[in-house]
Amino acid sequence: MAFIELKNLGQKRDGRHILSGVNLSVERGESVALIGPTGAGKTTLLRLLDMLDKPATGKILIDGVNVTSSEKERLATRRRMAFVLQKPVVFNLSVYENVAYGLKWRGLDRHQIREKVNHILETVELTKYSKRNARTLSGGEMQRVAIARAIATSPEVLLLDEPSANLDPVSSAKIEDLISKIIRENAITVIMATHDMAQGQRLAHKICVLVNGEIVQTGNAQQIFELPKNREVAEFVGMENILDGVVATNKSGLAVIKVGGKEIETVTKFGAGKEVSLCIRPEDVTVALARLSSSARNRLAGTISWVAFNGPLCRLEIDCGFPLIALVTKRSAVEMKLKRGVKVYGIIKVVSIHVIERQD
Amino acid sequence: MAEIWNGLVEAFRLIFTFDPEVMSIAGLSLEIALSSVVIGSIIALPLASLIHFNNFRGKHILVSVIQTFYSIPTVTVGLLVFVLFSHSGPLGGLDLLFTPTVMVIGQVILVMPILLGMTISALSGVDRNIIDTARSMGANSWQTMLVVLKEARFAVIAAVVLAFGRAISEVGLAMMVGGNIRGFTRVLTTAISLETSKGDWELSMALGIILIFIALVINIIMNRIQQRR
Repeated sequence: MAFIELKNLGQKRDGRHILSGVNLSVERGESVALIGPTGAGKTTLLRLLDMLDKPATGKILIDGVNVTSSEKERLATRRRMAFVLQKPVVFNLSVYENVAYGLKWRGLDRHQIREKVNHILETVELTKYSKRNARTLSGGEMQRVAIARAIATSPEVLLLDEPSANLDPVSSAKIEDLISKIIRENAITVIMATHDMAQGQRLAHKICVLVNGEIVQTGNAQQIFELPKNREVAEFVGMENILDGVVATNKSGLAVIKVGGKEIETVTKFGAGKEVSLCIRPEDVTVALARLSSSARNRLAGTISWVAFNGPLCRLEIDCGFPLIALVTKRSAVEMKLKRGVKVYGIIKVVSIHVIERQD
Repeated sequence: MAEIWNGLVEAFRLIFTFDPEVMSIAGLSLEIALSSVVIGSIIALPLASLIHFNNFRGKHILVSVIQTFYSIPTVTVGLLVFVLFSHSGPLGGLDLLFTPTVMVIGQVILVMPILLGMTISALSGVDRNIIDTARSMGANSWQTMLVVLKEARFAVIAAVVLAFGRAISEVGLAMMVGGNIRGFTRVLTTAISLETSKGDWELSMALGIILIFIALVINIIMNRIQQRR
């Protein structure tokens, strides 16, 4: 039995389903990232987990006990958790008092509170601001107060909603460091929402992709990143090329797929006649001026339709009967004189292609 | 002109020699107004929180009605209290008419709309995320309410100070239900009214200056609060 189990959890707002049929189990000490685009239901799910809202359907079990039954039970459960909301709000009080509040509510005495708060403020490096009004701090500092406030109560479960959204890159990195330190040192169970795939990858053991209020895929970062289950997940994890095609032949796993009049070889279990989509990352498309004899099986001839420079990288689209987006370094783009109208080959290795079933 | 000047000089003499009559009138004024505001706040703050934190039918109408009564004429409240506590009234048996107690009761009613209405709007001004944050930190509903009140404390204090200003400066109610009995229910405003009509300007002015001084102190306190926000 898992530590936290969500069974068929659903939520409605204004009669509309914003979360439905969510089943998830989280082990003690595990850190889980809920990723998905804005509006996918991440915050809604976290609010249900923290018992701030009542679910429309389903239940939440903690250690096998249904904790959504009574308000008393909900409060008791809430006190075992901590939730850092997306927009950090601090009480209009000193930093010290902000962190002390949760402890006061749990009935700790003044001496215990002082010891704990001082220790936590040291952890988040805010000791020097202890007496300052928390409202006068910067966004990143306020977020650290919010995290300090959350961990002060030694929660068993830490819920984080977009912990580094709305922060500048430096503050964001600092918050991330702090979170990974907390995860390392406290053996705490963490469930965090993020729209940043890379952040989820850095901080979590397990990733759940949430799209339109449903968990569409659960797995470790590599599985999600390389083997997205459907088109939505593929788009979300940066598979910019999603090519629709039909399996022409399949000889013990090595298949030929017809895409826009061209043939692409790849490895798949789907048999001939199956409608599929091929997912290819732009960085896995190599651009060459000649038909090189490399080990890669797929060489697609085409003409560059546009080129866009972006920092040290260059993104371009090759029109080879269908648009194929490739990402090359700026240096090689300049060396090869890649520009609109140039005839090139897009080279794709068999292993870089991930095949999914086509959806309507 | 000379009369006014003489009046002013005499007024300051009365104040700075701590004239017993002036002091007792001013003292009673402060006592009644303070009691009214303290009792009023004890009732209004939890009641306002209750109204704010619960959704019920007619909530908007209730709040509008409360706000309408901000400027209820003091004589209207005076009339109501007089009718209630007069000998033939429903509370006549308590025999409280023309006592400081009934003046306090009247002023509690008088300042209640201000305290309620301004506390409700102070609470509405608190970020909803504060409530979620408090709850997520393990506050029960009572503790959550206190947090929100504390967040709104400057606006709530402003409401209390304003209520005090209304209580100490009103005359109609004090006159009608207090009766302006010397040494018993005579307060600053009723005394000024009486002494002026008697032609005793010196005493009136001394009392008036004290009243303005109290208003000034209230204003200073209000400003300090607004600046701290």
